[in-house]
Amino acid sequence: MSRSGFISVALAVGRRNVHNYFTNPAMIVPGLLFPMFFFTAFAGGLSRVDSVPGFDYPAGYTAFVYGFVLLQASAFGGIFTGFSIARDFESGFSRRLMLAASRRSGIIAGYWIAAITRAMFNILVITVVALVAGLEIAGGPLDLVGLYTLALLVNLGAVLFGSGVAMRLRTMQAGPAMQVPAFLVLFLAPVWVPYDLLVGWVHAAATVNPTTLVLEAGRGLIAGDPTKVLPAFAAALGVAAVSVLWARGGLRSAERAA
Amino acid sequence: MSRSTLALQVGMLARRSVIRTFRQPAMIVPALLFPLMLLAINSSGLDSATNLPGFPTDSYFQFALAIAFVQGALFSANSAGTNVSADVETGFLNRLSLTPLRRVALLLGQLAGILALGLIQALTFLGVGVVFGAGIEAGIAGALVIVALSLLISLGFGCIGAFVALRTGSGEAVQGIFPLLFAALFLSSMALPRDLIENDWFQTVADWNPVSYMLEGIRSLVISGWDGEALALGFACAGGVALIALAATTSALRTRMART
Repeated sequence: MSRSGFISVALAVGRRNVHNYFTNPAMIVPGLLFPMFFFTAFAGGLSRVDSVPGFDYPAGYTAFVYGFVLLQASAFGGIFTGFSIARDFESGFSRRLMLAASRRSGIIAGYWIAAITRAMFNILVITVVALVAGLEIAGGPLDLVGLYTLALLVNLGAVLFGSGVAMRLRTMQAGPAMQVPAFLVLFLAPVWVPYDLLVGWVHAAATVNPTTLVLEAGRGLIAGDPTKVLPAFAAALGVAAVSVLWARGGLRSAERAA
Repeated sequence: MSRSTLALQVGMLARRSVIRTFRQPAMIVPALLFPLMLLAINSSGLDSATNLPGFPTDSYFQFALAIAFVQGALFSANSAGTNVSADVETGFLNRLSLTPLRRVALLLGQLAGILALGLIQALTFLGVGVVFGAGIEAGIAGALVIVALSLLISLGFGCIGAFVALRTGSGEAVQGIFPLLFAALFLSSMALPRDLIENDWFQTVADWNPVSYMLEGIRSLVISGWDGEALALGFACAGGVALIALAATTSALRTRMART
C-alpha cells in the first residue's frame, strides 16, 4: 500500500476532527479551562511561595507555573483527543472508518494531527493569558523552539496513550482510564515548587517520574538557562515510543473487534 | 393535606433519592477520590509553603484538609443536578405532576440524596484527616461542627445543581456549571491564607469569594480550635448560598411543574 494512502487517511481524519473541535465549544472548553484554572489559581494565589527558602528559580513564579500549565495543556490536548476517538467508536463512525481506510495506521496519525492542533490552540491561548499576567520569558528563540518541541512530544505521548485506551475499550466510559493516569503522571512531579523542596511520597514519586525531567528542562528553557534538556528529550521520546506500541496494540484490538 | 402525608411523601422520595445515589458508584467514587487525590498531592507538594512567615500551621496537610470538604461539596452540585435532570428527561417529573404530591416534598426528597452523599464525604475526609495525623484542634465537638458546616455547603452547591437542572432540563447544562464552581474554589484562599496572597487582584477576589470563608470556617476548627468569627462567617456564607439556591430551586420547580 502506498505512502499516499497513509497520508490521505491521516489528513482526512485530522481535518474532520479539527473541524469538529473548532465548531463545538463543549470540546474546546474543558481542555482549555483546566490549565487556565491552574495557571490563574496558582500563579496568582501561590506566588508568595517563591519566597520560601530554597526556592531558586530566577524567572519568577508566573514563569514557574507557566512551565507546568504548558505541559498540562499539551497533555490534555492529547488525552481529550482520546475522548474523541472513544466517541467515534461509540457512534459507530470508527467501524465505518476502518472499513474505508486504505491504511489504518493513518487513522492514528490523523487523530494526532487533531491533537497537535488542539494543543497548539490551548498553548496559544494560555501563553497570551500568561503574557498579559506578567510572564517574562528569558529564553532565546532556540530555547523556545526546544520548549515547544518538548511540549509537542508530550502531546504525542498523550494522544498515543489515549488512543490505545480508547481503541481497546471503545466507549466514552473509558474517560477516567485516560484522565486519571495522565493526571497522576502530571501531578506527581515538581508542580508548585522545585524538586528539592518536595517532601514525602510525592518527592519519591517525582524522582522516578519522567515528567520531572521534562518539567525541569522546560522551566530551564523558559528561564534561558537550559538544564537536563537531552535527558528530557530522551524521556519524552521514550514515553512516545512505548506509547506507539500501546496505540498499535489498541489498533489491532479494534481491528479484531470490527 | 395532613402533616403525616407530607412526611410520608418526603420519606418516600428521600428513600428513592438516597438509594439512587448509592446505586451509582460513578457518582460516589469520584466525589471521594478526587478530593483525596488533590489533598494527597498538594499536602506533600506544597509542604514547604509552611515555611512562609505567618503560615498558621507547620503541616500543609492540616491546612489543606478543608479543601477536600469544599471540593467534595462541589460534586454534590453535579450529583444533584444530574439526578434532577434525569428526572426531567425521563418524564418522571411529568408523571409526578399528575399526582397530589406537594412540591416541597419533592424538593426535600431530592435533597436527601445530596445530604447522604455529603455525610459520607464528610466522615471519610474527617477519618482520613485523623488517620494521617491532621488532628482536629477543636476536638470531637469541633468535628461535629465540621460535619454540620460541610453538609450545609453540600446543600448549597447541591441546590445550585438542582436549580440549573430544573431551569434547563439538561444534564449537559449541569456538567457545564461544574467548571464555574471549580473556579470559585480555585479563586479562594484554597492554597494560602488570604493575608499571605501576594497578588492584589487575587486577594480581592478571594476576599469577596464566599468559598474562602467556607474553607476558613472548617480550617479554623482543624488548626486553631474555636474561632467564633471564622465560624460565623463560614456558616453565614454557606447558609446564605444555601438559602438563595434553595429559594431559586423552589421557584424553578414551581415553573417546571407548571410547565409539565
